[in-house]
Amino acid sequence: MTTLADPVQTGTTPSPPQRRSHRRRSFGYPRKASVWSYGALLAVVAGSVFPLYWSIVVSSQTSDAVTKVPPALVPGGHLFDNIARVFDTTDFGRALVNSFIVSGSITVSVVFFSTLAGFAFAKLRFRGRKALLVVAIATSMVPHQLGIIPLYILMADLGWTGRLTAVIVPGLVTAFGVFFMTQYLGRAVPDELLEAGRVDGSSTFGLYWHIVLPAARPAAAVLGLFTFMQAWNDFFWPLVVLQDNATVQVALSALASGYTTDYTLTLTGTLLATLPILVVFMLLGRHLVDGIMQGAVKG
Amino acid sequence: MATYLHQARRAGLSRLDTKGSPYLYILPFFLLFGAFGLFPLLYTAYVSFNDWDLLDSGSHRWVGLANYREMLQDAYFWNALGNTLSIWVLSTVPQLLAALWIAHLLNHRLRARTALRMGVLLPNVTSIVAVTIVFTQLFGRDFGMVNWALGLVGIGPIDWQANTWSSHLAISFIVAWRWTGYNALIYLASMQAIPHHLYEAADLDGASQAQQFRRITVPMLRPTIIFTTVISTIGGLQIMAEPLLFASSQTPTGGSDRQFQTVALFMYEQGFREFRFGYASAVAWTLCLVIAIFAIINFLLTRRIAKDED
Repeated sequence: MTTLADPVQTGTTPSPPQRRSHRRRSFGYPRKASVWSYGALLAVVAGSVFPLYWSIVVSSQTSDAVTKVPPALVPGGHLFDNIARVFDTTDFGRALVNSFIVSGSITVSVVFFSTLAGFAFAKLRFRGRKALLVVAIATSMVPHQLGIIPLYILMADLGWTGRLTAVIVPGLVTAFGVFFMTQYLGRAVPDELLEAGRVDGSSTFGLYWHIVLPAARPAAAVLGLFTFMQAWNDFFWPLVVLQDNATVQVALSALASGYTTDYTLTLTGTLLATLPILVVFMLLGRHLVDGIMQGAVKG
Repeated sequence: MATYLHQARRAGLSRLDTKGSPYLYILPFFLLFGAFGLFPLLYTAYVSFNDWDLLDSGSHRWVGLANYREMLQDAYFWNALGNTLSIWVLSTVPQLLAALWIAHLLNHRLRARTALRMGVLLPNVTSIVAVTIVFTQLFGRDFGMVNWALGLVGIGPIDWQANTWSSHLAISFIVAWRWTGYNALIYLASMQAIPHHLYEAADLDGASQAQQFRRITVPMLRPTIIFTTVISTIGGLQIMAEPLLFASSQTPTGGSDRQFQTVALFMYEQGFREFRFGYASAVAWTLCLVIAIFAIINFLLTRRIAKDED
């Protein structure tokens, strides 16, 4: 549910990173960027970064800074006071822990099961393989968000409402992950290697464990990053099913609700909630860019 | 004898392993999808034919099409449908055009290429909640930076939440902001796959850059444009978190006059505020249908338009 909830993101189909060994650069193409292009791109990037920068500015100032005209534009020195205030106001610490538990378990599980299914689809022969793969991919187009009412009834019957299991279990494997890994393993694992493993008497699971999993590492990193971000950012289903046992996004929305919002407090919470994603993005964002772009070409 | 039996059993096990285990490996996916993806969606149809009260510990009564009949006469539903379409168009069209332009800019020989691409993608990895909260502050009536900036050019303060048009603009902006960079990267990837000799030939023929963009780049991007349009349709018509959080009270009515309540939000209101699960399920199935219809229309339309460009 978590990762499938957003069909916009599950639409792409990345394939294994390929090193561009010889850059095709016939004379003058692509064209060299003009000063204007640089200017326009820098403006776009500034627009992308600004809301984040703004939340740093606000969360490091005293409360009256949000109401200043003209607005404050540089960070102040009150960040830690405000962070302390967030933790005093709500149980943000617990929300962070909850989010780490949810996102962490979903990430590990999605990578494991997607690689397993991807291995079967890409490298094993069995009846109905093609048809089942098509079905698996088609499921990512289903607007899952619209199934939340019966899903809620189901969770209530299982006695899972208010428990993290209700968010974790539906997200344990995703159509996107299965397709992503099928694409990657199809190219990254040579059939000869698996044949050799068979001759040596390895069971199918042995092949998965000793050959496929190690070979899948680069793709697993990208899929893991992607999955972690989506699980971390998931809002609607946790809001409906978790109630008081909030994840970070739910706690954040609670912080922002009310007829007069304390924006210094709220934007400090926003910054705290975004920080883990930002760290991951700084470290691995390059691969995410590659993943999205390679998926688009294969479409 | 014993070894022979042992070997036979091993061979049998091994055949079971090669024939059977693939199904075992794909089973977790299909089990989970069935239980938490497909079953809820089908069950929604069943619930929608019932009068289903959550508070009354799920007691329900078959009412046939009554929920659908009520919905078709519910002014709030039609209002929500209008809002959904308006916000979807206002966010998708500028978003895809801007993405095309940004992709064109990125499709040059650039310094700091990776950093620029990451900068463009950044909005997409931040959460809807965080993004909407920050923008709601920026769109604030009294102290928001947007009104401050508009004030500099002589436009009076706008109460963004209060009016239909202004709230739709603001919400669409938030949605578009989050998705433009992602679509730009998809377009960029397709642009890089266009053979350079097409541009070389156009250069020799004396075609301007603008002409080349219109006559070569856009037609060559046809499949990608169709893809992004369909995907944006499926996502855009389900919008619900942004309008929920854009109202500072976070009541799911989408403003005091329901001026920015979307269909998905209406479903949430009926289900989890009014606790009318049957009625909310009817809304959910209807939205599902609307999404399917618009996705198909857009698929046909973009295919047609892109074809005309050829």
